[in-house]
Amino acid sequence: MSATLLHLHTQPEVPLEAETLSPASIAGLSELGIEHLQVMHGNVKAKVGDFFKVTGKGTPDIHIEGDLAKVKMIGACMSEGRVIIEGNVGMHVGIGMSGGEILVKGDATDWVGPEMSGGRITVLGDAGHMVGSAFRGQSTGITGGEIFIHGSAKNEIGNSMRRGLIAIGGDAGDFTAVSMRAGTIIVMGKMGVRTGAGMVRGTVVCFEESKILPSFEYSCRYQPLFLRLYLIRLQEHGFEEKINDKHINGKYERYSGDAVELNRGEILLFSGQ
Amino acid sequence: MKVMRIKKTEITDTFAEAFGMWGARVVITADTKQWARAAAASMTGFATSVIRCKLEAAVECEVPPEATPDRRPGVSVLLFTMSSKTIAGQLIDRIGQCVMTCPTTAAYNGLESEKTVSVGGKLRFFGDGYQISKLIDGRRMWRIPIMEGEFLVEESFGIRPAVGGGNLILLGTSQRIALRAATAATNAMREVAGVFLPFPQGVVGSGSKVGSRYKSMIASTNDRYCPTLRSIADQKTLPANVAAGYEIVVDGLNEYVVKEAMRRGIHAAADKGTLIVTAGNYGGELGKYKFYLHDILN
Repeated sequence: MSATLLHLHTQPEVPLEAETLSPASIAGLSELGIEHLQVMHGNVKAKVGDFFKVTGKGTPDIHIEGDLAKVKMIGACMSEGRVIIEGNVGMHVGIGMSGGEILVKGDATDWVGPEMSGGRITVLGDAGHMVGSAFRGQSTGITGGEIFIHGSAKNEIGNSMRRGLIAIGGDAGDFTAVSMRAGTIIVMGKMGVRTGAGMVRGTVVCFEESKILPSFEYSCRYQPLFLRLYLIRLQEHGFEEKINDKHINGKYERYSGDAVELNRGEILLFSGQ
Repeated sequence: MKVMRIKKTEITDTFAEAFGMWGARVVITADTKQWARAAAASMTGFATSVIRCKLEAAVECEVPPEATPDRRPGVSVLLFTMSSKTIAGQLIDRIGQCVMTCPTTAAYNGLESEKTVSVGGKLRFFGDGYQISKLIDGRRMWRIPIMEGEFLVEESFGIRPAVGGGNLILLGTSQRIALRAATAATNAMREVAGVFLPFPQGVVGSGSKVGSRYKSMIASTNDRYCPTLRSIADQKTLPANVAAGYEIVVDGLNEYVVKEAMRRGIHAAADKGTLIVTAGNYGGELGKYKFYLHDILN
């Protein structure tokens, strides 16, 4: 079964909410049926065909071409299948996703994978703020799944996340893992300030030196065995240039915190072999 | 009765009677091969026969670092019990007491199966509330804080129906020849993936029969093959030139691997000049599986 191809022929003037561009929404539809699916161009109802040329029937495998930086909510609530975006993508990609895979070959803007509970989102470029984070006013961020950003990401990565894995191949902004409930964030570059503020449980790993909040306390320098499993998995998912044997076999300084909360979170900083 | 020979070795026209069991596979890793082996040796201690040990277990093979979950040297251990209800307790006890206590080790499930039992999910309580779980690629791991750092154990282990009690009996013109043949046979049989030989070095010096003249004994010495009882016990089928015999018990994840191990074992024993290869059975009424020696060789 060949993939369903969508090519952006008209750039939206304002953000386009395209939650219908998801395997479940287009499954079994004809080209015409897909072109007639509704999208929101700002606050105006529009059709997929107003912006995209569709080739092929609806399949679980969707390829989308063009600069989609203004196209939001691609892959919304998907539970299976694969979406490949051959360029940049807008906000809320993979919102509510529970399974399947999204691959973004360019950059992503803010809020990659909000309300995600399963599946995997891979961004080969950079990402904006709030990767895997809770929406404002919500108490819980992602509850499962994997978000792999090969470039850098901005502030509040994994805000209030409860489960899952977020890997950042480059640098992270400020407030990484703020209010984190559980889960794992691995940053292979540098982190900004105030990492883990208000963290309850969970793990933040960083390969570079980082300033630790005073409400975190040094525990020990050791080799966390579980981390090997994560790093080996990430190597198999395209991070082999960022993760090498020294990271897998190396030692990490463990800091426990945040003492203003339950104090069961941890920050692990790579400290050589 | 058909007579079959491999070189000068006679293969008796009989069958090995084997039983249905439940199996699990544990992959133990450690910083060094030596520590992984130490944990495996401890874990498989006192696990020769379900008759008194309630479990049969042994090392299946060593696993190279590139094939283990954490890329450290590993050892694969197979453990079988008679019931699916008792295997979880054995896994918890043996991983908890023999693997977790061994420096630098971790324990992973090595058997994919729909039926699983909670192991790490129980052992985690050793962490006294400080344990941490991690879901990695769909597999839940437990990090248990210990004095050297952390012990990592998988939450669930797969179990599946298996075969226990496949066997060969090797009879020789001298004890030395019989043992040499048994050693060669066990070396050949261990090459088959999915089987293990639960007795010391795979060889049983004191094979047993079912029952005894004493009511408290469910098994007793296999007097038909005891050379010292030649003029006392019923040994009609034992040729005069047999001086000693050994049994090899083989358990496996399915009947095909048990058969293959037996086939290789027969050939290896024949190569080393054993006089007779036969097998133990109970008339075919107790076990679920019958492995006819001639069929295996054909």
